Amino acid sequence: MAEIVTLAEAISATVHDGDMVAMEGFTHLIPHAAGHEVIRQQVRDLTLVRMTPDIIYDQLIGAGCARKLVFSWAGNPGVGSLHRFRDAVEHSWPRPLELEEHSHAGMANRFAAGAAGLPFAILRGYRGTSLAENTSGVSDIVCPFTGETLTAVRALRPDVAVIHAQRADRQGNVQYWGITGVQKEAVLAASRSVVTVEEIVESLEPRPGAIVLPSWTVSYVAAVPGGAHPSYALGYSARDNDFYLAWDEISRDRERFAAWLDEHVYEKAVAGRRSAAAC
Amino acid sequence: MLSYTADEMMTVAAARSLRNGMTCFVGIGRPSEAANLARVTHAPDLVLIYESGTIGAKPSQVPLSIGDGILAETADSVVSVPEIFNYWLQPGRIDVGFLGAAQLDKFGNINTTVIGPSYAEPSVRLPGAGGAPEIAAACKEVIVIVRQSRRTFAEKVDFVTSVGFGDGAGSRQRLGLTGGGPQLVITDLGLLRPDPESGELVLVGSYPGIKVPEVQEKTGWDLVVSPDLAEVPPPTKAELIALRELLSTAPGSARQNGAPPPKSSR
Repeated sequence: MAEIVTLAEAISATVHDGDMVAMEGFTHLIPHAAGHEVIRQQVRDLTLVRMTPDIIYDQLIGAGCARKLVFSWAGNPGVGSLHRFRDAVEHSWPRPLELEEHSHAGMANRFAAGAAGLPFAILRGYRGTSLAENTSGVSDIVCPFTGETLTAVRALRPDVAVIHAQRADRQGNVQYWGITGVQKEAVLAASRSVVTVEEIVESLEPRPGAIVLPSWTVSYVAAVPGGAHPSYALGYSARDNDFYLAWDEISRDRERFAAWLDEHVYEKAVAGRRSAAAC
Repeated sequence: MLSYTADEMMTVAAARSLRNGMTCFVGIGRPSEAANLARVTHAPDLVLIYESGTIGAKPSQVPLSIGDGILAETADSVVSVPEIFNYWLQPGRIDVGFLGAAQLDKFGNINTTVIGPSYAEPSVRLPGAGGAPEIAAACKEVIVIVRQSRRTFAEKVDFVTSVGFGDGAGSRQRLGLTGGGPQLVITDLGLLRPDPESGELVLVGSYPGIKVPEVQEKTGWDLVVSPDLAEVPPPTKAELIALRELLSTAPGSARQNGAPPPKSSR
């Protein structure tokens, strides 16, 4: 059964130095607030996994939390480069970043294999690309029935999956809808999981197209309204496209990035602790 | 006639290449602009599919990302990311894959990963593959839209992110790639198609006012000109008005930031 706790408690109970962590979300429902908590808790040497690392992974990389990135597309969607990611790859700042790079289809299948408890997944992909030569965990495999050569990709089994959802009930059952990405597979593939939600309700109303993760598949649930910002939660908030555009400028310069992190991530923690102490 | 920019000519030419009723797997940026232009002009029944799992999206404005809320809210169906790649793209159900490129070679191979001779120590780190390798492999045909320069149009790409015609004719068959590969490349200088014998891209369409030597000058290989080279008609007034209206509503555009809409007449 999922325990309902604070975000800080959920992260400190699950995300430890050296872990493989998948904070998933395909543009929609990205767990930004949880990522900020990882930065505040100064977790180090993480292997970060995500199909589409964008702003929150740029922040985690720039803050020095990551040793390695497993991914398929690292950019600021519709805007351009991730400057902290590029600085780490091109100049090893603030530390070198090891890459394990795939295609979206490959990553999606790797999560699905992890969720299915299989060691690998099969797809038609990678053939003729330079990706296959530069990435471990990709191999040819011959179909035993037709003789066709296909591609095998190694399963992903993260230590922790972190996602954001629209809501949970008091038992910790989680419900989300809209663009659902690869979050179900990430949670089922991982050993531990954290779900931040817009709200905790008495009971979940059935909703067409919604995915429900039963409480017993989730480790911790924390109520964090607006926890996806600048990403969004369909029905609760809109994508803050202006922030994605602004991030291009903020992240270009190391000092400006550090100042932003102080003001919007670290200082928030201090303010949070003060108000907690005052209670 | 309205005046227009080279980018507008490119986007209009790209929109024209899409036929009504096609299913189209759309990359973000210029492919998405062109596909949405086609949908509001000659191809209202174009089925737009984004890798976020939104099938049949009908956005009223150009989305900034492949996951904007408007795509899910207007889609015929929204599926998970493993499903969009495994059930919808992989079997070859999609008519056309619409891609951009950072670098492209004479066989239509695409690089969106790294610039420089070394993968481990790149001079420029690009975002990477995303959905493109499997889009390029599996769609019945691929259309590439990219600005042309000697740097972008290289004899050989630094990294093959997505396979076009590989080392030339026959490569796709040897690799077991099921789709038809890049059948059309649309740039700000003209249109290129693969030679059916060699797989090499040749110039088949020129734009008004742009001379062939200029296009060759901005190509990193000896660009062959098709004997059937045809001039592409300039954008019509209706196309330009529709394109400018579409872009003026895009996130981050001048009008979204409080500026008046662009003047649509000379």
